[in-house]
Amino acid sequence: MTYTVPLPRLGTFAAWRSAARALAGARVPPEQIIWMPDGSQAGLFDAPPQPLPEARAPVTATKAFLTLAEQMCCHRDPRTFDLAYQLLLGMQTGRHKLSNRADVVVNHAQQIAKNIRRDRHKMRAFVRFREVTQAGANRRSFVAWFEPDHRIEELNAPFFARRFADMDWAIVTPEVTTTFRLGEVTHTAVAATPPDLHDDTEALWRTYYANIFNPARLKIKAMQSEMPKKYWKNLPEADLIPDLIAGAEARVMQMRETAPSLPPVRAQRILDRLPRRQEGDI
Amino acid sequence: MGKLSLQEKLALLSDAAKYDASCASSGTTRRDSKDGKGLGSTEGSGICHAYAPDGRCISLLKILMTNFCIYDCAYCINRVSSGVARARFTPEEVVHLTIEFYRRNYIEGLFLSSGIIRSPDDTMADMVRIARMLREDHNFRGYIHLKTIPDAAPELIEQAGLLADRLSMNVELPTDAGLKAYAPEKNAAGIRRAMGGVRARKEAAAEKSHTGKRGAKFAPAGQSTQLIVGADGANDATILQSSTRLYGDYKLKRVYYSAFSPIPDSTAKLPLIKPPLIREHRLYQADWLMRFYGFEADEIAPDAGMLDLEIDPKLAWALANRHAFPVDVNTGARAALLRVPGFGTKSVQRILAARRNGALGYADLKRIGALVKKAQPFIVARDWSPGALTDAANLRARFAPPPEQLSLF
Ligand code: SF4
Repeated sequence: MTYTVPLPRLGTFAAWRSAARALAGARVPPEQIIWMPDGSQAGLFDAPPQPLPEARAPVTATKAFLTLAEQMCCHRDPRTFDLAYQLLLGMQTGRHKLSNRADVVVNHAQQIAKNIRRDRHKMRAFVRFREVTQAGANRRSFVAWFEPDHRIEELNAPFFARRFADMDWAIVTPEVTTTFRLGEVTHTAVAATPPDLHDDTEALWRTYYANIFNPARLKIKAMQSEMPKKYWKNLPEADLIPDLIAGAEARVMQMRETAPSLPPVRAQRILDRLPRRQEGDI
Repeated sequence: MGKLSLQEKLALLSDAAKYDASCASSGTTRRDSKDGKGLGSTEGSGICHAYAPDGRCISLLKILMTNFCIYDCAYCINRVSSGVARARFTPEEVVHLTIEFYRRNYIEGLFLSSGIIRSPDDTMADMVRIARMLREDHNFRGYIHLKTIPDAAPELIEQAGLLADRLSMNVELPTDAGLKAYAPEKNAAGIRRAMGGVRARKEAAAEKSHTGKRGAKFAPAGQSTQLIVGADGANDATILQSSTRLYGDYKLKRVYYSAFSPIPDSTAKLPLIKPPLIREHRLYQADWLMRFYGFEADEIAPDAGMLDLEIDPKLAWALANRHAFPVDVNTGARAALLRVPGFGTKSVQRILAARRNGALGYADLKRIGALVKKAQPFIVARDWSPGALTDAANLRARFAPPPEQLSLF
């Protein structure tokens, strides 16, 4: 008997969890389950959705597993749902232990979760809000466009809600729009394209970015490994990068050629006015 | 001089701040604004919101309040004798930039420092005022790092510590003699006194009073400092000994190392050099070994006083101490495993957890995330023994980068 479990685009983890609980309770082997995330094509000969089986045994999971499984359920590869289920089942018999990184299944699962956490972290880092406050509004509003690798919108929303709580905001991704209005988070699964927005403060941010850069320490690889090019198109500062790199050497050369400079005359006057250090201070 | 725009001031005052290596925003108390009455959160590790082409993380708005300065530190772009253009933010401007950048998710918070204007107390008082406006007028719950002026009155440092997550004072030169030569107005004993004061104040805040209540948090992300590398003649051994003292005596959270870097307007006293970036990197590695791997400064710094630039200090130590190897990954103690090149703290922790399920082999170590190729000569595993490799005379050559190819000119 094969069970087909549909998984919606929003609330994926909750749906996976309740199905996995029932299936693991009946000790259904992983080969008998087809996990079908939203948007995947149902095969012609796939069984229509079956009612889930009766539980035969209790199913337990640690908090660490739930955290791991929630992260795994964000992954785009549909095989991940199966892997998470294998792990859950194996933990019931003691075959898999999360602490054992030498275990191939555990290690694979941890690696997937690590990728999701990186994606989540980069979204927290590289979302850029643009102001859209209407004249006369008593709360400020902002909108951001972001393209995550995986389905992490719901996983990440609480972070933005904890941080930007005194303003309204929306984060739009190609598949999901998350809005925060008067303290409430809402997700809508709707296809979207980048909104056309303009924010004057970006000029200040770009000024900061250009000037905090030290041309004498060019390390392009280090920058790109942490801020890969795929993110650049949505970062207001990133189009400065090529010119900053191209001009770096000339700027350092100029520092060398003009050195040393002569101090302005007022310098000595100011220094003379300073109280003398007591000997023995040092 | 005409009136500068906010953008022009920002350009000058961030340019002046870039020589401070610190941009950390980690390790403070957890805060959020879920109550809807404020802005910002801090949770464990900070976030780098951008990276500059110098590879450095941009986590904070790192600016100077002003780059006017009455001191004359030779390595510094803001010294009184430099011809650099000067600017000064009003406190309102700093607050505005911080809040507006934060709302757009550009930054985790503010790192504010300043040249010394008029007097240390006046300068410090303005910085405290900015932090207070952020916290009290704007309910800002993000990260604040204040560079403290060592000579400022203790009451001002007290207020700074209650408002900020981190306080720092830069020692800059690793020795008192260096400081005397290149930062003649600064006062080594005064800096030490101020750092000791912050330590004592932090410890008092951590203690419970007789009523069982804890005092207000004081600089919960700790204090840090920076040492400039390559400006004076101090060698790596001296620098690492300074760091050991700084970590031990003042319980510093971090010592930053900053390769002396060319500044636009330099003085004849301190000729410009190419910033010693690899040396800086090796010092950070050595610092890491002292803080998380149980190494002592005098074990890492060789007698000659300088770290090996070609190989990392852990590998260098292992090559010089072959008698301590090989370590058996299935029986070795934590402390011994931590000394294996290619094993990080995380790998060691995973090895200890995984080996309870059975003896670990070569492939297991790889899966765990250890750099097995590097560790190879120094370990024994279920299916691996290094044999004579551990003591092979050419072992160093296996790791050191090949000599650079000369090409025709
Ligand atoms: S006190 Fe020295 S290091 Fe600090 S800004 Fe002034 S000149 Fe620079």
